[in-house]
Amino acid sequence: MGSEILVQVQDLKKYFFKERLFSTEKEPIRAVDGISFSIRKGETLGLVGESGCGKTTAGKAILRLIEPTSGQVFFKGKDLMSLRGEELRKLRPFMQFIFQDPYESLNPRMRVGEIVGEGLEIHGVARGKEKRERVEEVLEQVGLHPQDAFRYPHEFSGGQRQRIGIARAIALRPELIVADEPVSALDVSIQAQILNLLMDLRDRLGLTYLFISHDLRIVKHISDRIAVMYLGKIVEMASSEVLFRQPLHPYTQLLLQAIPRLDPAKREEKIFFKETFLSLEKERGCLFAPRCPHFKERCAREAPFLVDHGDEHWVACHFV
Amino acid sequence: MRHPLLEVRSLTTHFFTEDGIVRAVEDVSFEIYPGEILCLVGESGCGKSVTGLSILKLIPIPPGQIVRGEILFNGRDLLKLSEKEMEGVRGNEISMIFQEPMTSLNPVFTIGDQIMEAIQLHQKLNKRDARKKAIEMLDRVKIPSPEKRIDSYPHQLSGGMRQRAMIAMALSCQPKLLIADEPTTALDVTIQAEVLRLLREIQREMEMSVMLITHDLGVVSEVGDRVAVMYAGRIVEYGPIEDIFHEMRHPYTRGLLESIPQLEVKKTRLNAIPGQVPNPLNLPEGCKFHPRCPLRIEDCRREEPPLFEVKEGHYSRCLRWKECR
Ligand SMILES: Nc1ncnc2c1ncn2[C@@H]1O[C@H](COP(=O)(O)OP(=O)(O)OP(=O)(O)O)[C@@H](O)[C@H]1O
Ligand SMILES: [Mg+2]
Repeated sequence: MGSEILVQVQDLKKYFFKERLFSTEKEPIRAVDGISFSIRKGETLGLVGESGCGKTTAGKAILRLIEPTSGQVFFKGKDLMSLRGEELRKLRPFMQFIFQDPYESLNPRMRVGEIVGEGLEIHGVARGKEKRERVEEVLEQVGLHPQDAFRYPHEFSGGQRQRIGIARAIALRPELIVADEPVSALDVSIQAQILNLLMDLRDRLGLTYLFISHDLRIVKHISDRIAVMYLGKIVEMASSEVLFRQPLHPYTQLLLQAIPRLDPAKREEKIFFKETFLSLEKERGCLFAPRCPHFKERCAREAPFLVDHGDEHWVACHFV
Repeated sequence: MRHPLLEVRSLTTHFFTEDGIVRAVEDVSFEIYPGEILCLVGESGCGKSVTGLSILKLIPIPPGQIVRGEILFNGRDLLKLSEKEMEGVRGNEISMIFQEPMTSLNPVFTIGDQIMEAIQLHQKLNKRDARKKAIEMLDRVKIPSPEKRIDSYPHQLSGGMRQRAMIAMALSCQPKLLIADEPTTALDVTIQAEVLRLLREIQREMEMSVMLITHDLGVVSEVGDRVAVMYAGRIVEYGPIEDIFHEMRHPYTRGLLESIPQLEVKKTRLNAIPGQVPNPLNLPEGCKFHPRCPLRIEDCRREEPPLFEVKEGHYSRCLRWKECR
């Protein structure tokens, strides 16, 4: 992995303005609330957090699959947010997205060959025979058979469909892949196959991943660095090794503790934290404060910033 | 000798569909002792839920049918009971909870109404006492300010709180056996950890038995006493939890465990099980796992292995269990 930075995200925000069912108040939902990080070429950054913390929204906003509310994303030095139509389209092949649900993300009426080759044609990369050859090559790279190009998605199992999704993503020889929970819908034994495949492809094709998942074991396994998200913000970021050895944010600590140990002898008593009812008020303080075991008065008043505690170990907590 | 609370003998449940016979559960036997948690673990479609539903005779007939077997609950064969008699068992002596609480909680009634209804179905209590009991149950599953929460509608609760309310409802008649089908699968890890701990605590307090259905070996390791590993409708390994995790004697159990990334060691590749689960309409001959098995030999193709006793209380359905360690 080089030191060249491929993606740089700066203060990215995505708010949804929705009228809530039982209130007239028009408070936005701050799905992504000012996140910043960069990913080096060839690196895998894991983005981890629980449901609703904004992971998927962040991933989509970074690729501009949805329009961010504000912030900047630099991809190979170009400011994606300032690009229009054709300029953005030209960059598209280099940044691809893999979806969580292999059932819903493939058009059931298209043959696998068309699904995988569609992008090649749209972006004018290859047509006709050349396109067919490229599709065959890619299918083999993801462990499918060239003949599978003539079949339809419903003829495949969940794991194979995810392979099709991966083939579609790598067909254009991208540099960055945002993978959103790419194995969550799969059985454990198939998860392992797909994780192996993603890691092989990364090494062989020199890919850079933003790997989004709620599963800490999986994130640790595949990532070089990990960013932990809570309610739209990154609360901690470090190399995976350091994050697991020395988690500093109380939320990360609790998250790591909650991972089942796979060893019945180590059913230690865990520390638990409050499950809250309060829909968070328009708080100025730390978003994690209501659930934090170390809550102090300052936390209610003042939101902590993400601060570097050395060796690129970033933490957003007043008391670290 | 302890006597089992529940003995399932050669349970065989099939679905007669247009495409053919789905042999969802085939010759499954196990027992659950008083006050223990038995985990039924395996991947999608292996027959865990059908096993659970068969015990309560909740299989849709047709297309389903319990073809064979006995389900002895306190010595009484549930399969011989009339539907009317079964109604006295369900929700009373044996309760069941499901993965997604929203599908089992009715959105138009408060959780209090629903718990009270469950109570009054089996117990002669007036409304006031039933309400008192319901508040007690909510308190027991550690829902804060239960006297207020009792009047909440399901959508007003978080996922974790809903699952607690479900547990409260299932336990309101103090069942002897709780069948919990993926009770934490829809929850975040931190909430899952709490719900599992709660389940374990209550199970001890009430000296209740639990059959916990899950696809997650992590969940098993946190709460199980004994484990049955299922594959393609069969139990392939069965034994005490320590044996399953540390001295497994079936290559499928081993494969499942090795498919999960370790936190302690950084390995670049996982030992994934090759291939995929067989089509239930078209199961392979012999051992159902042999097409994916690293230890397979010619004999595995020919004949389905029986459950071998590895040691007392630990069984493996593998011809080569001695070599599998
Ligand atoms: N009503 C039904 N009609 C036809 N087949 C059914 C029916 N219910 C279940 N099956 C089949 O029985 C088999 C076992 O299903 P079951 O629901 O028990 O699996 P499971 O182990 O609970 O899986 P999961 O982890 O996905 O919940 C599957 O092949 C399934 O398709
Ligand atoms: Mg099931």
